[in-house]
Amino acid sequence: MNNYGWMQTIVFFAVLLAAVKPFGAYLARVFRGERTFLSPLLVPCENLLYRVCGVDRDEEMPWRRYALSLILFNLAGGAVLFAIMLLQGALPYNPQKLASFPWQLALNSAVSFMTNTNWQAYSGETSASYFTQMFGFTVHNFLSAATGIVVAIATIRGFVRHRTDLIGNFHVDLTRCILYVLLPVSLLVAPLLVSQGVIQNLSPYKKVPLVQPLTYEKAKVDDGGNAVRDAHGNAVTERVTVREVTVPMGPVASQEVIKELGTNGGGFFNANSAHPYENPTPFTNLIEAFLMLLIGASLTYTFGEMAGNTRQGWAILAVMLAILVLAVGINYAAESAGNPLVAKLGVHQVNLEGKETRFGLAGTALFSSATTGTSCGAVNAMHDSMTPLGGMVPLSLILLSEVVVGGVGTGLYTMIAFVVIAVFVAGLMIGRTPEFLGKKIEVREMWMSIVTVMTSGVLVLFFTTLALWTPQAIASMANPGAHGLSEILYAFASMSNNNGSAFAGLAANTLFYNLTGSLAMLVGRFAPIVASLAMAGSLAGKKYVPPSLGTLPTDKVPFALWLSLVILVVGALTFFPALSLGPIVEHVTMLGGK
Amino acid sequence: MKDMRPTLMLFIAFTLILGGAYPLIVTGIAELAFPSQASGSFVADAGGVSAGSRLIGQHFTGAKYFWPRPSATEDFPYNPMASGGSNAGPTNPDYLKTVAQRVRAYRESGVTHTLPSELVQASASGLDPDISPQGAAIQAERVARARGMKTADLGRLIAAHTQGRQLGFIGEPRVNVLELNLALDAMK
Repeated sequence: MNNYGWMQTIVFFAVLLAAVKPFGAYLARVFRGERTFLSPLLVPCENLLYRVCGVDRDEEMPWRRYALSLILFNLAGGAVLFAIMLLQGALPYNPQKLASFPWQLALNSAVSFMTNTNWQAYSGETSASYFTQMFGFTVHNFLSAATGIVVAIATIRGFVRHRTDLIGNFHVDLTRCILYVLLPVSLLVAPLLVSQGVIQNLSPYKKVPLVQPLTYEKAKVDDGGNAVRDAHGNAVTERVTVREVTVPMGPVASQEVIKELGTNGGGFFNANSAHPYENPTPFTNLIEAFLMLLIGASLTYTFGEMAGNTRQGWAILAVMLAILVLAVGINYAAESAGNPLVAKLGVHQVNLEGKETRFGLAGTALFSSATTGTSCGAVNAMHDSMTPLGGMVPLSLILLSEVVVGGVGTGLYTMIAFVVIAVFVAGLMIGRTPEFLGKKIEVREMWMSIVTVMTSGVLVLFFTTLALWTPQAIASMANPGAHGLSEILYAFASMSNNNGSAFAGLAANTLFYNLTGSLAMLVGRFAPIVASLAMAGSLAGKKYVPPSLGTLPTDKVPFALWLSLVILVVGALTFFPALSLGPIVEHVTMLGGK
Repeated sequence: MKDMRPTLMLFIAFTLILGGAYPLIVTGIAELAFPSQASGSFVADAGGVSAGSRLIGQHFTGAKYFWPRPSATEDFPYNPMASGGSNAGPTNPDYLKTVAQRVRAYRESGVTHTLPSELVQASASGLDPDISPQGAAIQAERVARARGMKTADLGRLIAAHTQGRQLGFIGEPRVNVLELNLALDAMK
């Protein structure tokens, strides 16, 4: 740990905090349909889109209609993406002549990008053509982000509106979200990333001569692609000299920016944001982490402003950032303390396995916490190679349902569900009718909040257990013992919570993980969305109850502490046993020098 | 369902805007404003021949070059078509053996210091172009011996190729190994 590392972290969070109010207020204007400084430019485009697509902008929807339009939109998108990957070999913008995806991998990847997960069981540079990256992945990075955001906005409207069943127009919300928020920021920041070295082109991959040619032993394969073995059953190898290498190219910057801004996280390349062409400098590292947190953090202000109580927004943000900053600190400290088993060999103690020199430990701690505190899942380091406690930080942030600050939109609606639960439990303890923002919290709201909060936990434990019963699933572990359990736990935590990062040693491109993962991602995405919209519909129909002496103030410090406690306790009760068997056992083993 | 048409039409419209127009506009801006970066930050050697990208590391062995970080990419080290890390867990016995071998290679080359971690631990991308200034400094004596140069001269070369923290406080100081080695070759 050094002072520069802390300074970089402090400046980062200060800039983020400074952006919350202006950006959050802007979001509120966008979703209330008000004029913004971009309106002169965008209103004509918006009107044209509505006319061409047949959208009636003045017609609002009850929650069921909103949810159905949203699901139809996403399923249509997922189906087209699935088709693009299956037909990739026959489509244009494919200078490397990459073959089509096998169906189960295409299915997993389509579900993954549609649900804002961006779990990747393929590696981009050898599997995905520019057409797939642009018309498939880039498009879905925008659409799935917008989907999450509009659900959060609709949920807010449930608290703000009274005695109505209307929670907004899905088509209008979606269109305004993309035109006024996601697209302008992307167009602004993409050139900035390019200036630092992120590539952006449609050229074929480049052949580059090596300054020093190298030789290696390559396993020989026959025409059928099987390893050739000698009489003793050993693999036959041949000596290969490499004089030039192939460097992949592509439209990276345009995808990189929305991948972070929309908390999608799917890397253009296999190494994701650790790749020098995706994240070339320490500065781009901070920009990318900033983009991940920007919308999620700002939406708390949007919530406060739309609900007429900005203190409420700040209280929620305070809880989020407190947990996030703590996570950054723990990861930074654990990786600095390093791996005693390596230090013993005559090496400095800091753990740099699976990390990039340019980011350092501070930049890595910040990025890995931001990417798992949100639902992003982009990685600038290999979480699998972190120390046991360091690696437990991203894992735990995902298991806490990604509410610090959460995926775009998903973070806020999940956090609101936690607030509802906290209010309800507190109400039981002090013997008052639970209320939040002037709305009575009743059985229906509790049910919907429980579904929102607990779906992922149930999925994680169910599928992890299933994997541990399945020999083929266990065979995918890359590391033995407790660490292998962490890999499987992380995989299902990541997919159920739509994160997409991995303890990437796990060989996940198998029928078992592709199919169970698809199911986990779908349920983990849409069950909370439908529950949140249902809660919004139910709340919007209620009358406003003015606060009385007996109302629990939800915008003050005691409630913020209570809310943090509820989040941590729900997480701990659900996952403590699994965490003890994975990372905690491994930590003890490591200290014991085994 | 009357929402069918607007829902599907919006999807088609946004696919064209976000999948076609948006990346092409960004490509246009990038190629006009930052042509070198947009196409991969390639550098030339002293003879003007393309010698790779300053962002994509290359593997160097042998005493007369500075060695980069270990790389865990498939097939061979620093394979740009297979970016990725080792994903080795910290207590994995095979991994610890590998690190021990790398330490031995440095010991055999005459280094007695405690080694900076990046010299024996593989990067996340497998393509990391940088090492720390300390990581370069402890190799200077070996390279100087192999090339019949003065260690102090190499110290100056390393200093000239050290990039500080961005804006004075972001990231870590680093030395680009490919550029350092190209500069070495240019000196003879």
